[in-house]
Amino acid sequence: MSNSKKQLRDVVIKFAGDSGDGIQLTGNQFAETTALFGNDIATFPDFPAEIRAPIGTVPGVSGFQLHFGDAHIFTPGDAYDVLVALNAAALKTNIKFLKPNGIIIANVSGFDNKNLRLANIEEADNPLENDSLNDFQVHKIDITKLTKLAVADYNLGNKESERCKNMFVLGLVYWLYHRSLDKTTQFIEQHFRKDPSVASANIAALKAGYNFGETTETFTYQYEIDKAETQPGFYRSINGNQAMAMGFLAASINAELPLFLGTYPITPASDILHELSKHKGYGVFSFQAEDEIAGVCAAIGAAYGGSIGITTSSGPGIALKTEAIGLATMLELPLVICNIQRGGPSTGLPTKTEQADLMQALYGRNGECPLVVIAPSTHSDCYEMAYNAIKISLEHTVPVMILSDGFIANGAEPWNIKTIEHLPAIKSNFIAKSDGLNNYQPYLRNPNLSRNIAVPGTKNFEHRIGGLEKENITGNISYEPENHELMVKLRAEKVERVAEVLPLQKFEHGSEESDLLIIGWGSTFGSISAAVNELNSEGYAVAQIHLKYINPLPLNLGDLVKTFNKVMVAELNNGQLIRLIRDKYLKDAIGINKIQGQPFMVKEIKEAILKQLNHA
Amino acid sequence: MHNLDSIDIFTSKDLETNQEVRWCPGCGDYAILNSVKKILPDLGQPKHEFVFVSGIGCSSRFPYYMNTYGMHSIHGRATAVATGLKITRPELSVWVITGDGDALSIGGNHLIHTLRRNPDLNILLFNNQIYGLTKGQYSPTSEFGKITKSTPFGSVDLPFNPLALCLGANATFIARTIDKDAKHQQEVYKRAYAHKGTSMVEIYQNCNVFNDHAFDVFTDKDLKLINGIYLEHEKPLTFDSGKKGIKLNGLEPVVINLEQHSIDECMVHDEKDKTKAFILTQFFDNNLLPRPFGIIYCDNTKPTLEDGINEQIASAKIEDKKLAFNALLMTKSFWEVK
Repeated sequence: MSNSKKQLRDVVIKFAGDSGDGIQLTGNQFAETTALFGNDIATFPDFPAEIRAPIGTVPGVSGFQLHFGDAHIFTPGDAYDVLVALNAAALKTNIKFLKPNGIIIANVSGFDNKNLRLANIEEADNPLENDSLNDFQVHKIDITKLTKLAVADYNLGNKESERCKNMFVLGLVYWLYHRSLDKTTQFIEQHFRKDPSVASANIAALKAGYNFGETTETFTYQYEIDKAETQPGFYRSINGNQAMAMGFLAASINAELPLFLGTYPITPASDILHELSKHKGYGVFSFQAEDEIAGVCAAIGAAYGGSIGITTSSGPGIALKTEAIGLATMLELPLVICNIQRGGPSTGLPTKTEQADLMQALYGRNGECPLVVIAPSTHSDCYEMAYNAIKISLEHTVPVMILSDGFIANGAEPWNIKTIEHLPAIKSNFIAKSDGLNNYQPYLRNPNLSRNIAVPGTKNFEHRIGGLEKENITGNISYEPENHELMVKLRAEKVERVAEVLPLQKFEHGSEESDLLIIGWGSTFGSISAAVNELNSEGYAVAQIHLKYINPLPLNLGDLVKTFNKVMVAELNNGQLIRLIRDKYLKDAIGINKIQGQPFMVKEIKEAILKQLNHA
Repeated sequence: MHNLDSIDIFTSKDLETNQEVRWCPGCGDYAILNSVKKILPDLGQPKHEFVFVSGIGCSSRFPYYMNTYGMHSIHGRATAVATGLKITRPELSVWVITGDGDALSIGGNHLIHTLRRNPDLNILLFNNQIYGLTKGQYSPTSEFGKITKSTPFGSVDLPFNPLALCLGANATFIARTIDKDAKHQQEVYKRAYAHKGTSMVEIYQNCNVFNDHAFDVFTDKDLKLINGIYLEHEKPLTFDSGKKGIKLNGLEPVVINLEQHSIDECMVHDEKDKTKAFILTQFFDNNLLPRPFGIIYCDNTKPTLEDGINEQIASAKIEDKKLAFNALLMTKSFWEVK
C-alpha cells in the first residue's frame, strides 16, 4: 500500500510518556538517525523532577522534544507538529503546545481507567473518547498490545514485552518521516549484546512499528524533509556537558598540564564529572569530594601545585564555593568554575533551566572580588568556551566562571567537529624550574597584570601565599591602607585587561542601521536568533548582539549599544544582564524576561520586539 | 628516594622567614614551630619540597613563619586544599596546620573525609580548647561547663574526643603530644612524616591569654607523672615513674599499683592493634585514667589516595594524546558532509 508523500521544511516532534518508558532513548535515537540523514536538528530533553515518580502520573512524565529541518535550526521549537503520548498524563502535560491540526499518536492502553485515574482525569473525560481533541489529527493505536504481539516469539515476560513499546513508536515515526532503521538496529544489537533475545524483540518491535505505518491506512501522508545545507566536514551530535568536558580535556592536552576536577555531584552538572572520569589516560584527576567546598578547595590546591584546577556545579553549589573562589582571586591562581545553572533560589527547580545566577557570578562574593565571566551560547559552543576559560585563567592567573545552564547542558545539536590542532596555543604562567637566583617575587606582574606562579618543589623560590591582603610585588601580609586600595584595583584591572584579548563584539543579525537592538547571553541564542531572523525576513530591521563574554564585556560593546534608540535585553531571569547594560552604558534598556524553568519560545521574543517596534 | 646533593642540605636557621612571628608572647605555638623547624632538616627531603597548608586561626599563621612553600587558606578547608595538592604532586611533603576550631568545628567534615581517604598528609592539630583568634569563645574541645565570652553561664556542649573521632573516621595514624615537651614532639613529628598515609597529631597547646593552664596537669613536674602516660610500642603501659600500670579487665582498662602487681599484668602497647587503640582513645573520658601521649595507632597497610588515583592514571596512560583525543571526538557516531 502506498501513501502520498508530502514535502516539509521542518518538523517538531515531542515524545512523551512515563519516565520508565524509555522516552529519552527513543528521542536520542530519532535525533541521531535524523542528523545522520543530513537534517539540521535541535533537541530538548525534559526530565521529570522526581527520580522515579509514581508510574502514570503527571510528575512522572518524561519528554524529549526535537526539531529538524532543511535549513539552520535554531531552537527545539515553540510548538509541536507531532505529539507522541504513551499515556494520559503525557497527553495532559503536553497538549497545550501542540499546533492546531497537529498529529497525536496516542497509545490506547495508556488511557485505560487506571491511567486516567493516575493522571487525575475522570473516566468520563477520557480525551480519546470525547471531542476535546477535535482540532487535531488523532491516531489512536494500541501500541502496548501491538508491541506484545510483535515480540510474542521471544519468550519475554509481560513487563519486558511491554517495555519494547518505545521501539514500536520509534519504528512508526521513522516510517512517518521516511527514515532508515539501520542506525537504531545497530544500536539495539550493541546495547543488548549480552541478551540476544531482548535485542531481537526490540528490533522486532521497531520493524513492527515501521510496518504498521506502511501497511495500515492510519496515516494519510508520509513526510519528507530535505537535507540541510551545511558546511562540509565531520559532524557528530553533542550535548553541552559533553562538549564542556571535551573542551576542558583539549585545553589540558594543549597546555601540557594535568587537569584536576574537584567537584560534588549536582543536577544538571554531574555529567561533566562522569565524562571526565572516563579519561584518566589523558592525565585527568577527577576527585569527587565530600562537599562542594572541598571540591573547589582541592581544585585550588591542585592549581597551586601547577595543574589546571576546575570545579563544576550548579547555583546552590556555587553559593557554597563562594569563599573559596574569593581565595583563588586573592591568591591570583588560575581556577575555572563551571555553573550549569538551574531554576533557583535554594533547591529551586533542579531539572529546569534558568539564567538567574549572573549576578551571583558577577558580584556574589565578599569584598571587591571580580572574576572573568563567560557564557557559551549553544550546546556545541561549550567546547570552545570551556577551552577559552582555561586559556584565559592560565594566561591571566584569574578565576573564570562559565555560565551554562540545564538547557545547554542536556540539549544536543550536530557539531562540526573541531579537532585539537585547530585550537589556539595555551601558555601557562607556572614556573617549575628556578633560574638559579633567589629572587622570586610572587606578586611581580606581567604586562597583562598576571603573575608568575612558582609551584611547590621549585628550588630557591619558596614563598608563602594566603587569603590575607598582601603587599604588591612581595606578597607579604600587608594591612597598609594605600596598598589594599592598590591591590583591589590591580585585581580589577587584571580582569578588565582580559578584554584586550577577546574578540570584538559582532552583530548576529542586522547592523547599526537597524531600528532596534536586542541583546542576549548564554542559552537564549537560538530563540533570539530565530525570532530576529523571522522578523527581518518579514521586513523589520532588528539587530542582534549575543554576548559570550560578560566580564569583561567586549571593548566595542558600548559604542555599538549607544547607536541605538531602542535596546532590549532578553534573558531567563527577572532582569540581570539588563542592570549591567544600564550600569555600564547608561542605556534605558527594556527587558524581555521569562522565569518558568523553560527556554524562550520564539514567538514570545517576536511579540515583545514587535510591541516595541510598533510603539515607535 | 631523594638523593640530597650538598646544596639541598639545610638547617633549622634556613627555615626562618623575613616575617616577624606575631603570636602572643608565651604562646605554645612557638614551641611547636621550633620543634617542626628542628626536625625538617633531618628528614632527607630538600627544603623546597615541603609545603605547609593552614586554615584560619592563630595556629594557621604558621606557614608565614616557615621558609618552605606555604599557603594560608580559608577556615576549615586546609585539608581539602592539601588533598588536591597531594593528589597531583605526590612527591611533595604536605603538612596541614590546623586548630581545634579549624579542624573539628568548621572543617570537621573535611577532616573525617580526609582521614578515610588516607592521602599522605601530616596533620598537626594545635588543640588549645579555645578560640584564640576571635578572642576567647569556647571551642568543640572546650570542657563541659566552660565559662567563656560566648558561654557566660557555662558551655552546655559536650566536647569532642578528637582522637576517638579520628579513629572512628578510619585514621591510619593517630598520636598525641604536647607543646612543652620538645623532644617528644620531635619524635612524634618524625613518625608522622615517616607514616605513609594521613598522620593525625593532636598537640596540646597552651593559650596563655584565653585559656591559660588548660594542660598544666600534663606539664607540671609532679602532676604530669600521674596524669600522663607515655606510650612505647610493645612495652607495658606504666606511669608515675613505673609505680603504676594499666591492666585490661576484659576490655576495661584499670589502674594497678605495681608495688602489689606484676608488670606482666599490664596491657602491652601495640600501635598496630586497632582495638587497643580504641581503648586508649577512651582514656580521655575517664578521669581515673592517665592521658596517653605518643603514637596510639599506626597502620601502614592501607593504600593512600594519591597512589590509588595515580596508579589508575598510569595504567590508562595514553602516549599520543592529541591523536587519541581527535579519535575520541569521532567515537560517538559521526558523519561526513561533503
